[in-house]
Amino acid sequence: MSHRVIVPIGPYHPLQEEPEFFQLYVEGERVVDIDIIIGYNHRGIEKLSESKHFDQVAFLVERICGICSSSHPYAYVLAVEDILGGEEKLVPERAVYIRTIVDELQRIHSHLLWLGLAGHFIGYNTVWMWAWKYREPVLDCFEMITGNRNNYGMLKIGGIRRDIKDADISVLKKTLDELVPAVDMFKGAVMDDPVIKARLVGVGVLTKEQAIDYCVVGPTARASGINIDVRRDDPYGAYSNLDWNIIMEKDGDIFAKTVVRILEMYESIRIIRQCLDKLPRGAIDADIKDIPVGEGIGRVEAPRGECIHYIKSDGTNRPIRHKIRAPSFMNVASNKVGAVGGTISDATITLAAVDPCYCCTERVAVINKPDNKKIMNGWDLIKLSQEKTNKLRERFKDGGA
Amino acid sequence: MDMIEKIKEGLGVRIVSWEEHSPRRIYITVKKEDIFEVSRFLFKELGLRFSTASGIDTPLAFEIIYHFSDDASGAVYSLRVMLSDKLHPEVDSLAPIFAGAEWVEREIWEMLGINFKNHPNLKRLLLAEDWPQGDYPLRQGK
Repeated sequence: MSHRVIVPIGPYHPLQEEPEFFQLYVEGERVVDIDIIIGYNHRGIEKLSESKHFDQVAFLVERICGICSSSHPYAYVLAVEDILGGEEKLVPERAVYIRTIVDELQRIHSHLLWLGLAGHFIGYNTVWMWAWKYREPVLDCFEMITGNRNNYGMLKIGGIRRDIKDADISVLKKTLDELVPAVDMFKGAVMDDPVIKARLVGVGVLTKEQAIDYCVVGPTARASGINIDVRRDDPYGAYSNLDWNIIMEKDGDIFAKTVVRILEMYESIRIIRQCLDKLPRGAIDADIKDIPVGEGIGRVEAPRGECIHYIKSDGTNRPIRHKIRAPSFMNVASNKVGAVGGTISDATITLAAVDPCYCCTERVAVINKPDNKKIMNGWDLIKLSQEKTNKLRERFKDGGA
Repeated sequence: MDMIEKIKEGLGVRIVSWEEHSPRRIYITVKKEDIFEVSRFLFKELGLRFSTASGIDTPLAFEIIYHFSDDASGAVYSLRVMLSDKLHPEVDSLAPIFAGAEWVEREIWEMLGINFKNHPNLKRLLLAEDWPQGDYPLRQGK
């Protein structure tokens, strides 16, 4: 007779974005079903947007996410610029390059943040500390060029708000130069470590067919062998003028997702370096006054995948409809297939592998359904995950000795 | 044969109107009876990716725009459906074709009060359980 246990994970920590609640149905060690409940922090931003004028909305959508806080305003201004004729025709070249720089710096800090937390969940606290240590200089660069470590306030319809000073360029280049050995280290630490491989290879697999069915995007899709990237497919910013690669893996497991994100950091560094070398001189703002009647779609490749905004304007100074779809909205739903069939000690890392917010996996409780007695909290589940790694470490040590 | 021709040929008379706002932004209006079959064709036969759907409350009808992305060309094909019965807006669910539609339709259902026929799991996604029944936040006049 199977003994089914319900494991609720979540719901949320108000300081972080994207709270989620995962209810795992467990038989023994195996996850047999999952319920995903979201909406704990739904702020009605689409509705709020209808009451703000076009310039204010860029600030509003910046606050959707604290990690990819340039992706939402970027997608939004692209949607409005789509009504006006497109970024390419409208926005001064210098502004386009600076937008690209901010977009890629953001990808680096987001991927480092994910790498650190993923390391923590599987018991690699050194990876956690070091990933976040190397994220700091990236945030310092943001502070230098935008004035803020997060929520940069750079994007505006028709351009950007702040220029990059010439003196900042050498600091940016130096930071990137110092970042490369750090990414090399993470690459080595993850790709050559037998314990990490044993922990992540073949775990939380999302096959290509499942990825297509769930319409997932970004690194989650690219790790499952789907060759998509908005930066190349529907070019915006300066990406089509630059030389860079799309990182693809085909196994769809957590290891593949990790590899995609680590290697993408190299590409981001390449992109920023080229932007800094090619940075044209000139205006940074097209000084747009009115938004005509029309509808527009803006898409950017956020660190987690395609972020799409739809704007409908009736010629007044406010949008009459603003639809926002963040990448995690598609990716999180795919946990339904990623986590089911796996073990409970892999659940934290599997649910975290699509790079949703971590708040969800911090608040965990294990409840035995029939008697409601046994209760584990979030830390217990992370410990369970870390213990599994430790056991593997011991085994590999014995094997090696 | 490029994607535009394939779509035009595949949809044939089911195209009510075809607007190209720009080379990569194409809006196609279809009848609500046809949306299931048209979406199935775009997703399964032509391999387009479902990006999302936007529900809009307009004075005369509820409008749903299904955004399909052709990642090979970077174009977004937006299928527009008008639901003119404003009292009982209803349309076929696309979730039986692809799982990615499930959450998107749940969101439109709770925010605009549009019913999706044959949806496997039509329940609240974002709104709280104690949010009043029949109160749809994204309807105009709210």
